[in-house]
Amino acid sequence: MEFFDIVVSILGSTVRLSIPLLFTALAGLFSERAGIFDIGLEGKMLAAAFASAVAAYLTGSPWLGLLAGIGVSIMFSLVHGFASITNRGNQIVSGVALNFVAIGLTVVLGQAWFGQGGRTPQLPGDARFSPIILPGADAVREVPILGPLYANVISGNNILTYMAFVAVPIAWWVLFRTRFGLRLRAVGENPGAVDTAGISVSWMRYRAVIVAGFLCGFSGTYLAIAQSAAFINNMSAGKGYIALAALIFAKWKPVPVMFACLLFGFLDAVANFMQGKSVPLIGEVPVQIFQALPYILTCILLAGFIGVARAPKAGGAPYVKER
Amino acid sequence: MTTASVPLPNWITYGLIPLMNLMLAFFLSGLVVWSIGESPWEALKFLIQGSLGRGDAIGFTLFYTTSFIFTGLSVAVAFHAGLFNIGSEGQAYVGGLGAALAALALDRYVPWYVTMPFAIAGAAIFGAAWALIPAWLQAKRGSHIVITTIMFNFIAAALMVYLLVNVLIVPGKMAPETRTFLEGGQLPKLDWLMALFGLDLGPAPFNVSFLIALVMCYLVWLLIWRTKFGYEMRTLGISPSAAIYAGVPYVRTVIIAMLISGGLAGMMALNAVNGAAARLQVEFVAGAGFVGIAVSLMGRSHPVGIILAALLFGILYQGGADLSFEMPTITRDMIVVIQGLVILFAGALEHMLRPAVVRIYQQFAKA
Repeated sequence: MEFFDIVVSILGSTVRLSIPLLFTALAGLFSERAGIFDIGLEGKMLAAAFASAVAAYLTGSPWLGLLAGIGVSIMFSLVHGFASITNRGNQIVSGVALNFVAIGLTVVLGQAWFGQGGRTPQLPGDARFSPIILPGADAVREVPILGPLYANVISGNNILTYMAFVAVPIAWWVLFRTRFGLRLRAVGENPGAVDTAGISVSWMRYRAVIVAGFLCGFSGTYLAIAQSAAFINNMSAGKGYIALAALIFAKWKPVPVMFACLLFGFLDAVANFMQGKSVPLIGEVPVQIFQALPYILTCILLAGFIGVARAPKAGGAPYVKER
Repeated sequence: MTTASVPLPNWITYGLIPLMNLMLAFFLSGLVVWSIGESPWEALKFLIQGSLGRGDAIGFTLFYTTSFIFTGLSVAVAFHAGLFNIGSEGQAYVGGLGAALAALALDRYVPWYVTMPFAIAGAAIFGAAWALIPAWLQAKRGSHIVITTIMFNFIAAALMVYLLVNVLIVPGKMAPETRTFLEGGQLPKLDWLMALFGLDLGPAPFNVSFLIALVMCYLVWLLIWRTKFGYEMRTLGISPSAAIYAGVPYVRTVIIAMLISGGLAGMMALNAVNGAAARLQVEFVAGAGFVGIAVSLMGRSHPVGIILAALLFGILYQGGADLSFEMPTITRDMIVVIQGLVILFAGALEHMLRPAVVRIYQQFAKA
């Protein structure tokens, strides 16, 4: 393969692999900015993937699948909110618990309903989100450099991919240019001040976790009915945690979140590409290095060697109104 | 929060409320079983029979219990110091490397009881080493230990797969695992202990590490409630600012607490690697580190509670395997659901029932 073709193919899979990370990291952004740690991103993504695959299989419509994914993901968010906002429970414990419930329940229900070892039945083409060929993609394919980039990286993705990139500026605008966003960030930094201003901290935080559930619904749906054609046992495979790493790596800011997700998606794409190939001079690079790199980078960042990552101040602490 | 400050007798706080939370978790699990068209009572019957009904079933139950005691203690020690160690899974995984290296180096030359101390030290040191960097990052650089230990679980997984596939694999074999340890590198089965009760252990891998786990329970109890360091740890856990004001060295306490926690997690490998499989395999921890979170929460971070909670999860794991055999519609993953619900109710929602219990208690106290 020509070097340039390799680049185009790696960039293409970078985009495909970063989309679930992007939705999930944006979900975490809303939740954590409001002061609710969310270890449960992974579980929400998995539950949404299962729900969307089941709904898309039963109805034949990917949009109803998306709706089901969002609904189930928001239900998980509400349980997380009930535990950590209403009952002032430990947010991390709650997230860990919901991850287990999601991993187990999807397989138990999948096996009971479809009897395929936890998988859902293969979806036909029109029950999935299929690639969209952007206008002119075939016409410009022959143009050097830009042509293949446009045809294979920018065009030919499904609708959710484009929605993910649209979600980034929207998230930025909501968080930093609306009253809702200002209040949301305020309950994550200083809930007492928000309470003094006569705004309900609990309701603010509930709305934040609902937004997080909403966005995780997209990432799960992407996994099950856009990237694949069925739900597969534990198909999120730690992507929720990589998204969490990306969120921290991006220092809880929307646009850097996008670049962090693209970077981690790129590492994943390179790892897939390098499998069994050897690099001149170095020899075969173990794929495990690429798999571990997002986590190593995040730890180095957390150690304060790449700028300072400052988490929302009130993150993880339940708000107690009176004492 | 008018009910939060009402003191309740210990038997309610440490007995009744945790029990009610557990019952809620089981009730919901029963609902799941019922909703997929099976009878929860039948399922419970198979679960108990499959975990306690025969000698080998009890052996398997106690084998799982042993692993969960180690990881439960690991989570509990960190918890007392106010640290949430989600990394027991990775620490146990790397601990397996230490245990396996000791066995591989010595099994040709010496009997098992000479290898054992080295295996224990290897497992504990490697597990502790894997907790060192997150501990240091928390103590010195203020990075959240939950995040760093999660990251280290994944790094451990990548590292161990690399080592098993490229370094430790037996040349010419396909399976990514070390060679089988000779008898000198294994921990013997406790069939004599079972025979005392007239039970036949059969093929169950219940082994000497169970006794090591019980010894560690006692040592952890001593450490936390009978030593100066344990007192410092608990002070730090309850109120970091008070501890620092009282002169507790923050950095040292955090790092040592995490090293102990990581060491205990690493020792779980004694049970799975030296005791059961007699070789180091990919993914041998199989979630035991995460079960440790549930065990520690349910056991209220006390060694006695941890033994009981570990036994309960041992029953669930062994009984669940049997249950999925008897009722094919219920997969083994049902255990994971129960585990999640137990963590949810015994951990995150631990205060949910308290206001209601306080109100009922006050009614009775008045009357």
